[in-house]
Amino acid sequence: MTVTITEAGNTNKLELTTSPHLHNQWTTKKVMWMVVAALAPSLLAAVLFFGIYQLLIITTAVVFAVGTEYAIQTVRKQKLSVVDGSAALTGLLLALTLPPNFSLSSTAIGSIVAIGLGKQIFGGLGYNIFNPALVGRAFLQAAFPVAITTWSTNKFAVDSVTSATPLAAFKFDRITAGLSEMFLGSTGGSLGETSALAILIGGIFLIAVGIVNWRIPFSMIIGMIVFGAIFNFIDPVKYPAPLFHLFAGGFLFAAFFMATDWVTSPVTNKGMWIFGFGISFVLIVIRLFGGLPEGVMYSILFMNAFVPIINRVTIPKIFGSVKGAAA
Amino acid sequence: MALKTFHGGVHPPEFKKLTETLIFEVMPAPQEIYIPLNQHLGKEAIASVKKGDSVSIGSILAEADGFISAPIHSPVCGTVTSISKQTTPTGFPQQTIVIKTNEQLENLFMSPLNPKTITPEEIIERVKNAGIVGQGGAAFPTYIKLTPPKDKQIEFVILNGCECEPYLTRDYRFMIERPEAVIEGLTLFLKAMGVVKGYIGIEDNKPEAIKIITRAAENENNIEVFSLKTKYPQGAEKMLVKAITGREVPPGKLPLEVGTVIQNIGTAVAVYDAVVKGEPAVTAALTVTGKGVKNPKNLLVPVGTPIKDVLDYCGGINGDAVKLIVGGPMMGVAQFDLMAPILKATSGILVLTREEVSRGEETACLKCGQCIDVCPLNLMPTKLVRYTQLGRFEDAGLFGITVCMECGTCAYTCPANIPLVQWLRLGKQRVKQIQRQQAGLQN
Repeated sequence: MTVTITEAGNTNKLELTTSPHLHNQWTTKKVMWMVVAALAPSLLAAVLFFGIYQLLIITTAVVFAVGTEYAIQTVRKQKLSVVDGSAALTGLLLALTLPPNFSLSSTAIGSIVAIGLGKQIFGGLGYNIFNPALVGRAFLQAAFPVAITTWSTNKFAVDSVTSATPLAAFKFDRITAGLSEMFLGSTGGSLGETSALAILIGGIFLIAVGIVNWRIPFSMIIGMIVFGAIFNFIDPVKYPAPLFHLFAGGFLFAAFFMATDWVTSPVTNKGMWIFGFGISFVLIVIRLFGGLPEGVMYSILFMNAFVPIINRVTIPKIFGSVKGAAA
Repeated sequence: MALKTFHGGVHPPEFKKLTETLIFEVMPAPQEIYIPLNQHLGKEAIASVKKGDSVSIGSILAEADGFISAPIHSPVCGTVTSISKQTTPTGFPQQTIVIKTNEQLENLFMSPLNPKTITPEEIIERVKNAGIVGQGGAAFPTYIKLTPPKDKQIEFVILNGCECEPYLTRDYRFMIERPEAVIEGLTLFLKAMGVVKGYIGIEDNKPEAIKIITRAAENENNIEVFSLKTKYPQGAEKMLVKAITGREVPPGKLPLEVGTVIQNIGTAVAVYDAVVKGEPAVTAALTVTGKGVKNPKNLLVPVGTPIKDVLDYCGGINGDAVKLIVGGPMMGVAQFDLMAPILKATSGILVLTREEVSRGEETACLKCGQCIDVCPLNLMPTKLVRYTQLGRFEDAGLFGITVCMECGTCAYTCPANIPLVQWLRLGKQRVKQIQRQQAGLQN
């Protein structure tokens, strides 16, 4: 609402809104594109290690994610929100969890499921319970179990004979990959997951600008080290060292880019700690005792389901009150 | 040592550079002034003049009505032309005494008192008769704060020199220009209440004020100056008490619950002037600033001066001004009528441009939790707003919506640009209404 006033020869339209009249200038759109920017190092690493074809996977995922959102919102006559970047981000995140040289048609299906089933069916941005990119990934894992665990050789792999991921190599053959290869990324793995260095650059950037709350990646990492160390102490041959767990598979990528998804993670600081430790615990159980070599995707989806409960039990104590607000 | 502060809060850009070095200018009285009968928290004063009466500077215009109220004095010499409903900066029209000013400068101030020999009763009486109200924003009659309930033991009086609202530099200028009045004012508060310890809290973005006030308080053994971390809303009463004493004021209670009374820097100066010069509350000290005003200034203005005259005095407003605010940018009220007058507790007029007030487009809540992280009272704004939107007022009340002080920290931070404070206000209002109805039914 505005009102027109005349003062000292000037005519101004004054806005009438309630306080506060200042804002820190962040918007949903800015947040989404910042995360996209933070994924640039991982994207570069994917192309560097696995070849230019991976750009096609990424493009396909993004185009179909945005297209699906556009189509659903058009059909439902909703306000189009594709410019906010959230759909593009979901597509990009999904692509980076896929194996190199993955089929483009399957990628498209994954994006459609991620946006359709993972996001829009719940009411769109802000209302989904599960991480949309991981919903898409889980669907692909169920639909194409062989294709999604077929790992092309990393161009920089030290041992080019084996194209298995470090986790699979350990699980099935008890071969431990070198930490420095895993850190830089010259091992088998999904597009965005192989280079810990690239992930850390983007992740630390997101913490620095205040998008990622450090408590989630930090608690996941601490949890992984602690749980990993316990099992490694029990039987060092059967269970790998904690640092291996940290750099193997999609753990770091998930810690900085998947578990930290605002919509599907807890809103309280205390809740973030519980969420992070929870993911690490479920993950280590899957990795060490489950049938799959990797389980970070399932552990996050599993903990996503607990977020409403975590939020409820971690309501902060109102300033100055003796007991909890809801007590 | 880490600077004293509280949990949560934000760091909005300060914009104090615009006016922080400008000394107070005295603005002459305009041709017409508008004195609303309610310039304080509490009951409207009762007009004791009628149309056609002539008045002088300091003569009584309206008497306090009951315990929580304040008398009103004339800031000018002139003739009462009407007592009618007029616009006020709160947005609600009020019964207002309109005075046509004349050139005379006859002064009916009260007799000066000696601050060294004055008794506590005399101080309280003077503060009451001078119509002084809290300058921190709420405009609560000051004398009531000096007479707390007998069962409350007050240990500290804290002077609030935080001025955590961006843009405003009124309290800062008082500390720079009148440090002795600030210290003497605090001493008068201590004497009136029989309290030994006086504290002054100043944010560390005002090193000059800290230096000057510390020097002025050098010989006062019972007064201590605290440098506090610059963070909004450090100047909120509960945050200030927490930062200095470590005590937490319980929800819905006042600082006196934990043995403290807070007074604003401007209030201390007003009390000093009332005692030493006999001057009632007829002058408002305020900052006129923002990129939309031609010449930003710190001003001493007769209470009742229309905003328009103040803006004219400051060279007018620029063509790109899009918002006019009375108060600070975080809690101030947007204005729609330039004839709204300056009140006793008005601390600033902001004329802001698009660049200063731009906000992004509102989207759905992203559940990022930042509003919860920054809320100084540990509330969950997103949850309270959701309950309000859904009409679940009972839940909103249960989760403490009435505790919210509307500081705006959450809405400042929200990346989804949701007008959280607007929703919280609506929710608070409804919850209080329902609570009153329920209380009524039980009786």
